[in-house]
Amino acid sequence: MIPSVPQSRYFRATYRAYVLMFFVYLLAPLLVVAVFAFNDSMFPSLPWGGWTLDWFFSDTEPKLGILYDGELMDSIGISATVALFTTLGSLLLATCNAFLFERKRFPGKDLLYLLMLTPLVIPGVILGVSILLMSSGIANDLESLTGYDIESLRPGLPLVVTGQFAFITTICTLIVSARLRKFNPSLEEAALNLGANRLQAAVTITVPYLSPALIGAGVVSFLMSFENFNTTLMLVGSEAPLTIAMFDRLREGSTPALNAVSLLLMMGSAVLVLISVVVQRDPT
Amino acid sequence: MRRSGFNLGLWLLLSPLLLWLLLLILLPHVDLLLISLRERVAPREYAFSLGNYREFFQEPLYWRTFARTALLSILATALTLLIAFPVSYYVAKMLRGRIKNALFLLCLIPFWVSELVRTYGWMILLRESGLVSNLLQWSGLSETPVELLYNDGAITVGLVYSAMLFMVVPLITTLDSLDDSLIEAGYDLGGSHWHVMWEIVIPHAMPGMVSGCILVFMLTLGNYLTPTLLGGKDSLWFTEQIYTQFITRFNWEQGSAFGILLLMLSSLIVWLGLRLSRQSFAQVMS
Repeated sequence: MIPSVPQSRYFRATYRAYVLMFFVYLLAPLLVVAVFAFNDSMFPSLPWGGWTLDWFFSDTEPKLGILYDGELMDSIGISATVALFTTLGSLLLATCNAFLFERKRFPGKDLLYLLMLTPLVIPGVILGVSILLMSSGIANDLESLTGYDIESLRPGLPLVVTGQFAFITTICTLIVSARLRKFNPSLEEAALNLGANRLQAAVTITVPYLSPALIGAGVVSFLMSFENFNTTLMLVGSEAPLTIAMFDRLREGSTPALNAVSLLLMMGSAVLVLISVVVQRDPT
Repeated sequence: MRRSGFNLGLWLLLSPLLLWLLLLILLPHVDLLLISLRERVAPREYAFSLGNYREFFQEPLYWRTFARTALLSILATALTLLIAFPVSYYVAKMLRGRIKNALFLLCLIPFWVSELVRTYGWMILLRESGLVSNLLQWSGLSETPVELLYNDGAITVGLVYSAMLFMVVPLITTLDSLDDSLIEAGYDLGGSHWHVMWEIVIPHAMPGMVSGCILVFMLTLGNYLTPTLLGGKDSLWFTEQIYTQFITRFNWEQGSAFGILLLMLSSLIVWLGLRLSRQSFAQVMS
């Protein structure tokens, strides 16, 4: 069944209809979320109450627009901060890892590589729980030993960053390694021959070559952190990142305000993804 | 490369990796195991015990939830494969050029949207006052509003949706690498559609199918949002049990035992999948 092999018209039409239905299935939930952000009604459901921008810009209850909703806006700020720290940490470690696995030879390398991949197969809830257990254990021990309670080992944003960092690093490492593997080492050797030391060669030749992958990995990890729910849920303290705040609201009963936040989220992701696509398309 | 007794560069690169794996991956899971194997005998005093695991097997709610989670995950994985395969084949083999790339990118879009938003979209579609219910009434298939949320069907739809991307991408990649002339040769030698599918396409796509299935199964098993939001109060997903034990009941010993059990189940399935397809873990993940 390829275009060069004859197929009946009936078969071809059915197949095409199936693929079309698949894409409807794929996009329907997203479109629905976006459209109901403009519903002039208290509920994100039919009947349609007419178009409105109140869910974004209104500053009065009951249709409080999200821009005036302090709780939601704060949670967006929290999520962005968490995502920023997670991304920076993951990128830094991922770059080290990529150089280690692509450039160095050492005993136990294969085993370490496998271990490096395991965060991908640990369910997020379990990863969160196990980090919660260990940090609480350490905090309790320290408290009984020294009498100090270290706040950042208790559930809260530092732990959320730690938990997300633990698995996002793996994904970044895979992205950066893939690009480093394609790098031609003779470029770096040329720099060394021309009198650069190893660090200079890395900074002027290799890192610029890696930058599309670094930006791509940065975008992926920022989005994954921003949108993470499972690991975050287990480690979160009193300050709720956006996904947690939205989840709490969803359980109370939803209003189109949630659609409005979702639409903002989707647009934000779209912009970031576009940036990474443009950067990675650049032929270097 | 220069060899020396103590390689500073190596250690500079190696130590952050070791710290990360040790402190954030290995030790926490060892801790999880140890805590699951103890029991509180007095305040702040613990003893070794298998009681938490005994509790799991003696309390029907727990093991039934576990079995249910596993079975529904297998069902969702199978459905995802069935739905994704024809689409991936279409994108990889029937299309060319720009439209192919466009459709491939379209497949990726849901991944960039938060799982919460996607699940929320399904809630809007499936709830009693939702779009599907209204569509059914409008078309005359139903007289009254239909509640499609809060049942196993809704959970399955959501799970398949969340996991679809992780099936489609490996499938398209492997199918794309199959040379068209092999398919043509199959037809030239007198094979039927069915034969060519079974003897040429599917064996070639097997690595992609296995990686896809493993990823989808893992994600489904560990999913928390979809069952909670689409399944309602009685959704009974095992990750919810873990959450309840840890956060609501504060019974960390029991929760750890559940965590270990879930981890064992998922490792077992990954191992079986790799065994059946004779692939290595590193191959599947990259």
